[in-house]
Amino acid sequence: MEAKDLKSIIEQVLQEMNVSSADGAAVAKAAEAAVEAPKAASEGISLEIPKKGVKLEPSVIEDGCLPDITEIDIRTQYLVENPVNKEAYADQKYLAPCRLGIGKAGARYKTLPQLEFRAAHSAAQDAVFNDVDEDFVKEQGLFIVQTQCDSKDTYLTRPDLGRKLSPEAVETIKEKCKKNPTVQIYVADGLSSAAVAANIGDLLPAILQGLESYNIDYGTPFFVKYGRVAVEDEISEITGADVVCTLIGERPGLITATSMSAYIAYKATVGMPEARRTVLSNIHSAGTVPAEAGAHIAEIIKIMLERKVSGTELKL
Amino acid sequence: MRQEIKSIGIDIGTSTTQLVFSRIVVENVAGSYNVPRVSIVDKEVIYRSKIYFTPLRSTTEIDADAVQKIVSREYEAAGMRPEDLSTGAVIITGETARKQNANEVLAALSDFAGDFVVATAGPDLESVLAARGAGADVLSEENRTVVANLDVGGGTTNIAIYQKGTLRGVCCLDIGGRLIKIVDGKISYIFHKTKKLAEDHGIHISVGDRADVDKLYQICTLMADELAKSLYLLSVDDAHKTLYTNDGAMLPKEPKVLALTYSGGVADCIYDAKDGDPFRYGDIGVLLGKAILAQKELSGLTLYRAKETIRATVVGAGTHATDVSGSTIRYDKSYLPIKNIPVLKVSAEDEETLNTFEEAIKSQIPMFRSEGKLEHVAIAFLGKKRTSFKEIQELADVIIKGAREVIESDYPLIVVVENDIGKVLGNALNVKLHNEKPVICIDRIHTSSGDYLDIGEPLVGGQVLPVVNKTLVFNT
Repeated sequence: MEAKDLKSIIEQVLQEMNVSSADGAAVAKAAEAAVEAPKAASEGISLEIPKKGVKLEPSVIEDGCLPDITEIDIRTQYLVENPVNKEAYADQKYLAPCRLGIGKAGARYKTLPQLEFRAAHSAAQDAVFNDVDEDFVKEQGLFIVQTQCDSKDTYLTRPDLGRKLSPEAVETIKEKCKKNPTVQIYVADGLSSAAVAANIGDLLPAILQGLESYNIDYGTPFFVKYGRVAVEDEISEITGADVVCTLIGERPGLITATSMSAYIAYKATVGMPEARRTVLSNIHSAGTVPAEAGAHIAEIIKIMLERKVSGTELKL
Repeated sequence: MRQEIKSIGIDIGTSTTQLVFSRIVVENVAGSYNVPRVSIVDKEVIYRSKIYFTPLRSTTEIDADAVQKIVSREYEAAGMRPEDLSTGAVIITGETARKQNANEVLAALSDFAGDFVVATAGPDLESVLAARGAGADVLSEENRTVVANLDVGGGTTNIAIYQKGTLRGVCCLDIGGRLIKIVDGKISYIFHKTKKLAEDHGIHISVGDRADVDKLYQICTLMADELAKSLYLLSVDDAHKTLYTNDGAMLPKEPKVLALTYSGGVADCIYDAKDGDPFRYGDIGVLLGKAILAQKELSGLTLYRAKETIRATVVGAGTHATDVSGSTIRYDKSYLPIKNIPVLKVSAEDEETLNTFEEAIKSQIPMFRSEGKLEHVAIAFLGKKRTSFKEIQELADVIIKGAREVIESDYPLIVVVENDIGKVLGNALNVKLHNEKPVICIDRIHTSSGDYLDIGEPLVGGQVLPVVNKTLVFNT
């Protein structure tokens, strides 16, 4: 573009921005300066371009790795510069994993907190979009069935299908599971496959051992892929269990992507009100540790069996 | 769920005997959908007795019958019956704790005890209870500082240091307002350590001497200097080290004390010094208060007003002796309450490996035999590093192996762990013992070797057990 054309465009813009016509001369001058400026800048850059014949240093490949920013404990991370009382702030901050006291650069986050935030967001997305490792599930002694969702996309866009078992799943459960157990427990990916991987190894055996300590018999546990909470109602009906309990990955947040919940119901039936479910949430290493949570769930089930109610009717 | 319980505190001290009734509110503070977390949410003293001089039969014996009468009268005045009370503590403190008939006194009070907790206090527990009654713990937490409470009583000064709400150290010195007594203008009693302290500084007094205000004030000044030494505000000499009760230890050097509260009978002579006869209480308490107030190094620290002064220990006993266990625990209700359970502590080092863990239990068990027979014992440890299901199974296995003798005895297997793994560990123990051995496995209770625990009946629908840790040994 010719410098002359550029000048006339800038003049026009300035006029549209309500610079009065009386300042016509000033407008013209400003436009001229604007056109000159990039010229000078481009000359400045040209100085940086290596001239022909200058030998470039070969790039060095280092065999190191960047520090893992997800390893940072945000409860102890304090980045405010020149604080009035760092100790008092740090004491309070240690009580909860909040993104507070992380300083700022102008009006924005500093680079490190910004990267940490994005890392946490990515972990949350991975937890939702990745599938649970099938080998891991089998190692836990669980067989796998699927809901009527055929993919993660269907699962996320059709919640209704995540609440129904596929015909094959119904057959498999009928074939493999103990009939009419007192308690039927199963695991579902829900919205966090990371939660399943992180907690089930401790949570499931702790529940089963707890039930054993109360002499309560339980059915054959299994894993439901693409499962939502309410699929437990159908599972309850198929197995004929008195109490059904699903261990399901919670929708991840930016604090943890591995939180798990237990939804427990007495004599669940398809179409029953949601209020009949008893929920225990926040099971993860920084919340209620899975092994202790499992022991607690076993007691909830015991009380539920004694009182023959669940959900809002069950006052614990 | 919320539950209100009533608690009693009885303090039979060197000089005074007092009683308070308190209301303690425990509540599940966790939100819905979370594992319960039952905590003490409110404490309030609802009745304060008159302050009595501790009835003594002789200089070394408490008059148990007279104490019982005092307690009985105060129950009536408060409109309280023993069965209204769920917990509490009777503590015999100060010099009096060394008196021979402490057990006789506790027996005389047992009719009033019902099922609540009875405790005799060592000087360390007294320091802690007085500091909590005075509110030093709360002041240190709210002001983010280090507060020492000096409970200056008749026979002893009990000191506890709190840093931002956490106990950092305790000590007890033989410094008090009634270590020199005055009757009809004459000295009627001098505690031997006090006499020695005076003589070391060239002041000579004897029983029968005329009570000379200047001379006695000088002695009080020496005592105040010794208090400053105990906080490391003045340099410590060998003579200072002899002033600790029962040859107890000094405070830890860290953290540095930044603020003070005073409690005990002498505290009122510090906060609200009044003119008049300095011997109006028949002792040197008024002069000691004056000397402490004037002590240069002590006045250099921030002074907070204590919530309780002369009643700090009894309020502490009535409201702060009881704690609640974690809310996810496993226990056999039919064995509760259990009193005076000695603690067998597995040290943090011994917890490192399963072998040393087992060995630590096995090697200590013989210490808990009485006349060759094992009695109640609580196996206690931190349990910080073993939280996975597999690790907890291993833990249960070594406890069963190490505590074989307990399992074969008629007593329940009692396990007290600090980390929140009580329920899953309790379940593991039950299953591994085929649900045949009664197990009490509680968590979130801090213990040390040498402690004694009382475990009360379940509260808040059975979610927690009240626990009183009776010795709180804290000498490092």
